[in-house]
Formats: sequence, structure tokens, C-alpha cells
Amino acid sequence: MLSFVLRRVVQSVVVMLGVAMIAFSLFTYVGDPITNLVGIQTSDAKRAELRETLGLNDPPPVQFVRFVGRALHFQFGISYQQKRKVVDIIAERLPATLELSMLSVILALGLGVPMGVYTALHRDSWLSHLMLSLSLVGVSLPTFLIGITLIFVFAVQLNLLPSFGRGEVVHLGFWTTGLLTASGLKSTIMPAITLALFQMTLIMRLVRSEMIEVLRSDYIRFGRARGLTNRAVHFGHALKNTLVPVITITGLQLGSIIAFAIITETVFQWPGLGLMFIQAINEVDIPVMSAYLLLIACFFVIINLVVDLLYFAVDPRLRVARPTAVGG
Amino acid sequence: MSASSAAPEPSRLSEALRRAWDSDLAYSFRRSKVTMLAGAVTLLFIGSALFAPWVAPHDPYDMASVNLLDAFQPPVWVDGGDSRFLLGTDDLGRDVLSTIIYGLRISLGVGFASVFFAATLGITLGLISGYVGGTVDAVIMRIAEVQLSFPDILIALLIDGTLRSFIGPGAHANIAFVVVISAISLAYWVQYARTVRGAIMVEKNKEYVEAARVIGRSPAFIMLRHLLPNVMGPVLVIATISLALAIVTEATLSFLGVGVPPTQPSLGTLIRVGNDFLFSGEWWITIFPGAALAIMGLSVNLLGDWLRDVFNPKLR
Amino acid sequence: MAQPLLQVSDLRVEFPTRWGTLVAVDGVSFHIDPGEVLGVVGESGAGKSMTGSAIIGLLEPPGRIAGGEIRLDGQRIDGLAYDEIRRIRGRRIGAIFQDPLTSLDPLYTVGRQLVETMLTHLPLTPRQARERAIELLHEVGIPGPEERIDHYPHQFSGGMRQRVVIALALCAGPRLIIADEPTTALDVSIQAQIITLLKRLCAEHGTAVLLITHDMGVIAETADRVAVMYAGRIGEIGSVADVIHRPRFPYTVGLMGSIPAIGEEVARLTQIDGSMPRLNEIPTGCSYHPRCPLAFARCTIERPELAPVGGAAVACWLYHDAGKAGAPVGLERAPREASAATERARREPKPLIRVAGLKRHFDVSPPWIERLLERKEKRIVYAVNGVDFAIARGETFGLVGESGCGKSTLARLIVGLYGLTAGTVSYQGVSLSTPHERAHNHAFQAKMQMIFQDPHASLNPRWRVYDIVAEPMRARGLVSSAAETRERVGELLHQVGLSAADGRRYPHEFSGGQRQRISIARALGGEPEFLVCDEPTSALDVSVQAQILNLMADLQARLGLTYLFISHDLAVVHHIASTVGVMYLGRLVELADTRRLFKHPRHPYTRMLLDAVPDLTMTGTRRIPVAGEVPSPIDPPSGCAFHPRCPFATERCRTEVPRPVEIDGSRVACHAVEEARLPDGQAA
Repeated sequence: MLSFVLRRVVQSVVVMLGVAMIAFSLFTYVGDPITNLVGIQTSDAKRAELRETLGLNDPPPVQFVRFVGRALHFQFGISYQQKRKVVDIIAERLPATLELSMLSVILALGLGVPMGVYTALHRDSWLSHLMLSLSLVGVSLPTFLIGITLIFVFAVQLNLLPSFGRGEVVHLGFWTTGLLTASGLKSTIMPAITLALFQMTLIMRLVRSEMIEVLRSDYIRFGRARGLTNRAVHFGHALKNTLVPVITITGLQLGSIIAFAIITETVFQWPGLGLMFIQAINEVDIPVMSAYLLLIACFFVIINLVVDLLYFAVDPRLRVARPTAVGG
Repeated sequence: MSASSAAPEPSRLSEALRRAWDSDLAYSFRRSKVTMLAGAVTLLFIGSALFAPWVAPHDPYDMASVNLLDAFQPPVWVDGGDSRFLLGTDDLGRDVLSTIIYGLRISLGVGFASVFFAATLGITLGLISGYVGGTVDAVIMRIAEVQLSFPDILIALLIDGTLRSFIGPGAHANIAFVVVISAISLAYWVQYARTVRGAIMVEKNKEYVEAARVIGRSPAFIMLRHLLPNVMGPVLVIATISLALAIVTEATLSFLGVGVPPTQPSLGTLIRVGNDFLFSGEWWITIFPGAALAIMGLSVNLLGDWLRDVFNPKLR
Repeated sequence: MAQPLLQVSDLRVEFPTRWGTLVAVDGVSFHIDPGEVLGVVGESGAGKSMTGSAIIGLLEPPGRIAGGEIRLDGQRIDGLAYDEIRRIRGRRIGAIFQDPLTSLDPLYTVGRQLVETMLTHLPLTPRQARERAIELLHEVGIPGPEERIDHYPHQFSGGMRQRVVIALALCAGPRLIIADEPTTALDVSIQAQIITLLKRLCAEHGTAVLLITHDMGVIAETADRVAVMYAGRIGEIGSVADVIHRPRFPYTVGLMGSIPAIGEEVARLTQIDGSMPRLNEIPTGCSYHPRCPLAFARCTIERPELAPVGGAAVACWLYHDAGKAGAPVGLERAPREASAATERARREPKPLIRVAGLKRHFDVSPPWIERLLERKEKRIVYAVNGVDFAIARGETFGLVGESGCGKSTLARLIVGLYGLTAGTVSYQGVSLSTPHERAHNHAFQAKMQMIFQDPHASLNPRWRVYDIVAEPMRARGLVSSAAETRERVGELLHQVGLSAADGRRYPHEFSGGQRQRISIARALGGEPEFLVCDEPTSALDVSVQAQILNLMADLQARLGLTYLFISHDLAVVHHIASTVGVMYLGRLVELADTRRLFKHPRHPYTRMLLDAVPDLTMTGTRRIPVAGEVPSPIDPPSGCAFHPRCPFATERCRTEVPRPVEIDGSRVACHAVEEARLPDGQAA
């Protein structure tokens, strides 16, 4: 078990370094950092001096190590566009994204799992058919389209909910929250639904297909043959066996909510990290881009690690050793 | 099991056709009205896209035929609509229906191209990985695993953004196509590789493969003639589903502004452009392309779902 | 007269499908008295499992009971509401299924599953239930039950798991157990243990058993009465002695004749041509008439019902038609004479195949980093651990052993599918031990072909039969034109009992037995002299097995083939092989002529194996099943691998690997035999 953890940690570090290399090459080889910093008027001599001071003449490996070192201290440089420290921009926008994502996770899990279980157990009810049709829609439509449709219906036609921004926010220490104001809450509804819909339908379909598969297995049949109640069979045995593989996949899916936030934030002009990233791409704001990459990679690596460990904790076949040689 | 001797032997073609009609595949297709509808819609869309110049009522990119005075016409059933422009016109006077048909062309074109490259790359790597095993397998699977731990859209964005940055803003517009197709292909090859590898690992231990080895066939022969045909089923399912995903991903990238060049808009670009006019009341410029995208995605997904059920041996 | 425990009257089970309604069980009637064991025997597709599922109410939809009655203690139980029948299950009727591996929920401890079942049906407190569970585990023979009760299913071996399954089935005290192929998935020696256990427990608790199986031997040992099913109907039902020794229904006669038995030696097994009809192609009249050598006009029109004949009941016009008096049916088989080929073989000094010191090890160690951090050891599977023997031309060499003994690996070593870790393989004196040598001596290598166990997996489902059969000749360049290929393929198909037109079909259109024929045709296409057969009939029904065994014997006589025949079924090996080798954990423990090995088994393991074979003749010898499980080849015991289970083991056995010794024509690797310590054992 220890070796497993170690192996995964090593793997994670390798991945992080890989991403760091990509971020670093962006930094070094795309455009000219000097030009972006000082503008066109500066003399060549000044530029050369700046080059030296910033250590841009050192060999790439050295620069890379410096880059990594700085990153570990949360020093990501200065945004080309906004002329501010990148880490400040990130700190400003992090709460918006995190809040939205967490709400969506709760929605997706809270609705997706029960719906999946219901449609697996009651395969022929009209409600199941309805849910399945809706799920197909949720899976087939791109996130941005869902967002636009919601805006069209609720903001343009019905004028019920705001179509962009976060509304009023309340500052709590370094965190800003939109959940404590009426306008903030109203602004959160549509983005949260948009973000959650895809994940929710995915989870629902996954839970459903896993559960149908499990309900077919021999031990379920044997359980029924022993006269166990439906409740015991469905929720005690079937559900537990369903959730084991579902946990891991769900964990990964939820991580991708952070990625899909990019789209949702663009549609709703939500001031979060995703919108920041898109703007950075369009403006070729390298420091912001590479900082986002590093942050996101780190986040995913952690999620994957946690998911792997969870799997270990839940499945006794991995925890407890098999019998050796001469059985008892 | 002896063949009847009385009737004359049917030709091989009609025999094959009859078999196909009677097969589980066709039967299941015929039985599900929804699937047939989805199939019909998909064919319709693909047809329109292929024959766009003949199907579309106008050519929206022929600057000569486009008139600014025609701008912002609503759809024909709304007051003030013009029967020349069934679904209305956009801000430059282009017929929305025509832009949709041409946009479909781009969307489907990029979609199919991405699937093709992703499949080729994925199947090849999966075949090798599954059959050869050992270190080669370990390396390929490591890379796949790492890539899988990130969401596809992010990978696509990453590749897209990186390539763009390297190429620089002033490059030729058509490079954007290469960038988008590469980004999507590289994001989705893993599905194919894993599925093929999994199927191969199951098949290669089957006894007919052992028999072929005892007979003395080379590994290449076994891979191509014995294993590959048995693996195509799941691949077909993945291809269909990933076509839907590719279309959606391309639309998303274009919507975000990092997809196909604006001179050759796909449905995603159209939606993005039209989005600006949503609030001023010209909703049709974005809603109709949106609807087209939605229907396309739905139909392809339905087909993929049906294929998956057909190929699932446990549901037989 | 006491009321029967279970009364089934005219049961009918149907399946609506796209091809019409399939009838799986067609008017079946029988009864079971309290405490009695009724066997239901039949080949696959006969409907026996369906009958069992219908009784306990677990038919998979769209299957449904379409007619008839099922009464338990006089009360009707078919057609009950779901919750009522749920209460009956486990409490009054229990069930045991075939595969112990998948019958237990892997995420719950064994104790939890036992307690849960008991609490559902019995008014016990959790503490009482747990105590009872420990008692039960002890009763079914699980050592250390207080500890084992908290273990998970994967921590038990196969045989132990089936014991747990039996405990689970019995824990709520049902009066009837439906056992559906309870021992099919187990090794012979474990099978014997489980059968003994089941018999004892049911006798002690007074539980009746409906024992569903395809294995007549198990029925002979365990059941009081037996029903023979064919195509969804019961053809014959009576006491076990009656049905086995005086079969009346022609199918039963054929069936009994096609089972190879160790007590007798026959040249050819009774063969029932054709196969059981598909459920949607059941013939009118008596469903057996197309295959029945004694069918007459009435059999094709009218369906016979069960009616008493002697002490049994038979559904056959031969006994109930006024025109036919008495039954001409009986078991007739020609005794075996030594075949000419075998005689020739004994005279030829040089063996065709010789293997010496064969070893094959698989390294399944966890990756080194795990071993480093968790101090795990290297794990090596000693699949084949030093095997020597020789096969003469024209001979059939039989290799027997249980799972894990290495016989399949050995087959693949000889043929070249696996590389050798050590030792040599030579064909006609030419060494074929390395891939290089095999490629270099290609002509000799090509004289070996192989036939596999699984008829489904051994043919590429996407290739036509024609291409499958033609592949070896094409690969070896034995044919030069399409016309020649067509001719050869047609010939081969004909030789194995199929027709040339079958070449155009795909494998899935054929039955298991026919697919094995195609496999054989393919192997013959390469013009081999030596065929390695890895359990070629283990996956087939008994009557189909007889067809294939007869075919193989014919081909051997006609083409002068040499066989290496691998099987776990001693009776089959006894029938077909001239020399037999017994393997245990990668080593050959005994090697002798067939007759000698079965009449005078020397090695303790051989004796134990023979003992464990279910006794069709029911001479009533007391069986003493050997204790212990088949160990895994990863960590074989030191010295003689059999010593932990051997009643004659000494200190020497624990430390020293026994060398093969010649005794009276048998080659045995056993210290006790060498030291002449064994009581003189004669097989019955």
C-alpha cells in the first residue's frame, strides 16, 4: 500500500514537471518578455541591461529551475495586459470559480446519483423514460449552448435572472462570496445549472448502467434466492457494488467541472479563473496563461491521487491479502 | 445442418443482403423509431453539408450577392419577414439558413477529420500496445493515463492555445484548421487506444489466436487479419460517440474564439457572433444555429447509443 | 400416504422472443418426498435449470411460467405475489448455484452475509445469529470459524467458498434445496468433498434436495431417484439403481452408453447422432424421434406421456403402444481389443516425441519497488517443474491432473506456444527446444498440431469455416491453387462428418460438437503426425463427447496419428489412452499403461483421484475423500509436493523430491512406494 502511494506521488511530480516545462517554454519562446514589459520606446541598451538583470541570458535549464522555484513560491510574474502581479489576479478570481464549482458539484452529485439509481431500478416507468431523454439532451448539448438557451429564456424573454456577472458580493477576509446577497444568489443560479447539467447527466447514466450490470450478477441472484428483501438487495448489495467503480470515475468527472467552468464563465461573463484564462489566450498574456496551467495541473493531480486512495479504501479486495498456497 | 438441395443457389450478393436485413443489427434498427429518426436526420445533415452549394438558397460568402440593406430581417413567419430568407438574416445581410448549411459543412468536416485522425492514431497505438505488451505497452498506457486525468476540453484548449502562441497571430487563416483538428484529435485518441487495447488483450488469449500461432502465422498477420476484425465493433461505437464529442468540442472552441478562422465560420462561430445580438432582439441569428447544433449532436448521440446496445453481447 | 414436500404438475415455461415463443419446459411433472434427493439429469438445453428457477421463482424475464402448478407442502407457490414468494425463498426453499466465485458479494464479509440472511427469516438477535453462523461454518467444515467469519469471500479458496454457499443456503433451515450444478466448477477431489458434505448435511437436517446436473456419476452417488430430461420434458423417472442399470427410455440408454466408465473397456462408445433440437425447432410427436434408432410411425405424430413401467415411469411408445411388447433396448457395446496401432507402437523402439527435464516458470512478482518497500517476496509460478516422458508413434498418451497441475502449460510447451525455462523437446530425434530450432527445423515443427478446449473461442468468429480450415494448408504452402484448396477443404470437412457446403457458414451457426469437428478438420489440414489435444471434449455434453471421441479414434486408425490427450476426466482418459501420466503441481507422479494404472494405482495421489471419481456402478465402497485443497503452484510445498495431503508422508517426503522409480511396469515418483511402505491397493 505504501509503495502504491509512493508510486503515485512520484508519477504526480513527473506530470507536474511536464506541465511546468510547457508553461516555461511558453514563457521563454513566445514573443519577447522584454517588449511586453517596457514598450517600444526603450533603448536597446536599456533592454540589454534588463535582459541581464532578469537573468534571461542564462542557459535554459537554469532558467527552468528558477521558474519552478518561483512557482513554488507563488511568484508567477506580472501580467502583460493588466500590469499587475499574476498571483494577485488569481487570488481575486479564485473564490468566484471555487464557489460556482462547488455548487455545481453538489447539484450534480445530489441529483445525478439518485436519478441514476431510480432509472436503474424502475426501468419501465414513464419517469425513467423522461429522465433518460433529458439526460440524452444534457449529454449531447455543448455547455455553452445550454447557457445561451437559459439566458435567452430566463433573462431575455422572461427577465427573471441576470445574464452576466456575479451580482453583489460580500468580502469575508480574503474570500468574496456572492451567496449572501439576493442579487448574488440570482446570478449564481443559471451558471450553476449550466455547469452542473453535463456532469449530472453523465453521472446519472454511469450510475444507471453500472447498477443494471450489477443487478445482473450472480450474487444478487443468490441474495434473492435467500429471500433477502428488495431493500437489502438493491441498496445493501447492489448500490454498494455500484458505487465502488463509480466513485473513481465520478471523482475525475468532478475535477473536470473546473475545466468546464472556462466555458460557463465565458458565457455568463463570470469573473473567475476560466474567463481569465480565455482572455489571456486571446491577448497572448503569457504569464497568466502559464500560471493557470500550473494551477490547474496541480489541482488535477491532487484529485487523481485522492481518487486512487479512495478506491483503495473502499474495495476490500485491494486492502486485504489473498490466501496463499495451501488453503485452510 | 445440410443445405436443401432443391432450390437453386441464390447469388452471393442477394444472400448477403438478405443476411444483413435479417441480422440483429438491422432488426434492432428497424424496431426503434427514434433511432431511425436519428439516422434520417444525420443523413439529412450530412447530405446538406456535402452538397451545400446546391442545397443552400444563397451563397452567404459571395460578397457580390450580399446586400447590407437586407440586414436583420426576421424569420419568414414573423412580421416583417422576407420569403427570400426563411430563417432571417444576420447583421451583414447574409441568409441565416445558408450560413447554417455552410456552417454545418465546416462543423461536420472538422468533426469527421478529427475522428479520422484520432481513430487512426488511437487504433494503431492500441493494437501495438495490446499485442506487444511489455515496456511499449507500459509507456503508451502511462501517457494515456496522464492525459486521461485531465478533461478533454482542457487538453484541446491547451494544445490549441500552445500551438497558437507558437505560430503567432499573423499566420494564415487556414493554419487554424490544422490547429483545431490537431487539438481535438490529440485530445481524443486515448479512448480508441484504450478500447482497442482492452479488446486485444481479451482476444489475444483466445484459443483461435493460439491456433493461428501454432499454424505458424506471423504476429503482423495475426494482428491484422485475426484480431482487428474482432475489435472493430467497440471501435465503431466509440467513433460515433466521439464524432458527437468532436463536433461539440469544435463548436466550443470556436465559440470561445480559439477555433476555426472567422472567415469560414462553423456553427460555433455563428452562435458566438449571434450572441451579441441576443439582447437587442435579433434572437434568430444565434438561436437557429444553436438549434442545428443541438439536433446534430442529439442525433449522433442517439445513433451511438443504439450502436452500443447492439454490440453489447450481454444484452443479446 | 404422506404428502410429498414438492409437487410439480404439468409445468410449462415459455420465452417470447423475436423468433416466436420458445418453450423451455414442456409439461413436466414430478414430486419430491421430504428428505429425499431427486436428481434431474440432462444435457444442455434440456430445461433442467429452468425447472429449478421456476420452482424458486427466479425465472429471468421474459421467461415466465405459462402453465401447470407447483405445490410446496400442498400450498400453491407459483403465481404468488412477490413478497410472499420472497418469504418462501431461503426459509422453505434454498438454492445453490454453480459458480462459488460469483455467488458471494465481494464487499461483505461472509459473516455479514450469513447473519443478514438469518435475521431476514428467523426471530434471532444479531448476537444469536452470529453464534449460529459460526456453528454453521463449523458444520460445513471451515476450520477456525470464529476468525473466518469476518473474512471476505476472496480470502477463501474455491472449495471453501462453495462450503460457505452451502452454509448460506441452509442457514434459515429450508426443507428443500435446489442445487443447480453445485460441483461442476470444482476440481474432482474437491467435488468429492462437497458431494459428501451435501449428502451428510441434508441427511442430518432432513432436507430434501433437487439436484440438477449433467453428471450421471454425481447422481449415482448422491440421489435416491432421478429424472432424465430431454428437450424440456421428462423421458424417464425412477430410482437411481433402476434408471442407471436398467435404462428404458432410448435416450437414457444412449446416454448411459456414451459415458465412458472406468470399470469397462469398450472400443467405441455408444453414439447418439445429431444433437438436442433447438428450442424453436422441437419436432412433433416424441421430441427424441429424429435421433432414436427404434422410432416408428406413432413416435412422429403423438407425444408420449409418463406411464409406469416396472418400478419407474417412462414416456415412450415402445412401452405403451399396444403393438410393441417389451423393450428391445439395452446396452450393447463391443469390448475393446488392443488396436493394431498400439501393438505396432510397442514394437517400435524409437519414440516419436521425447521430453526431458521440462520446466516452465512464470515470474508474477510484484514490481520491484513494491517488493522493496513492503518487503514482499518474488513470486514464481512453477507451472511445470521437471517432466520427462516419451510418446511412441501411433500411441495415445493421456495426461491427467487437476487445475494448476500444469498439464495445459505442458501442452503449450511441446507445441511451442510457450518458451522453455529448461529441458528439451525433441521430435523424431530432432531438438525443437528453442524458437530458433523450431524455425530452423520447420518441417518437423509443422508435423505437430493442436486442438483446444473451448469450441467457442478456438475459431475466429469473423472468418468463414472454409478459410478457417484452409489456413494451415495455405500457411504451409501445401496447396497451389484455389481449386486444389477447395478440394482439400471439402475432403477434410467430409472426413470429420460435416459437408463441403458448411464451408460457407460462420462458426456461430454450429453447435459445440460441430465446432470441435471444424477444429479437428483445421488441425488435419496441416497434414500433421502428432496432435496435442487440450481437453477437447471437456466443454461438450456427454453424448456429443462420445461422437468426438469415436471420431478421433477413427481418424487415428485411418491416418496413423499420434495423440497427446489432456484431460481432468479420468474416465475419458481411461477410454481413449493407451498410456497415462498423472501430473501434480508441475511434476509427473505416475506413468503407466492405462490398464495397469487403473487396476493397480501406486502413487497415493493417483489412488485418491481414482477414489474421488463418482461411482457409476455404485458398488457401495466407502469413500474417504482426501482432505485439503489443491495448492497453488506459486508456493509449492517442499520435497514431495503431495506431502501435506498424503496419509503416508514421512520426514523424508517433506525434504526430498522423490525420483521416478520403475516398479512392475509403472514409473512412480513416491518415497512410500519406493520403500514399499504402501498397503497393496487394488482399485475396485
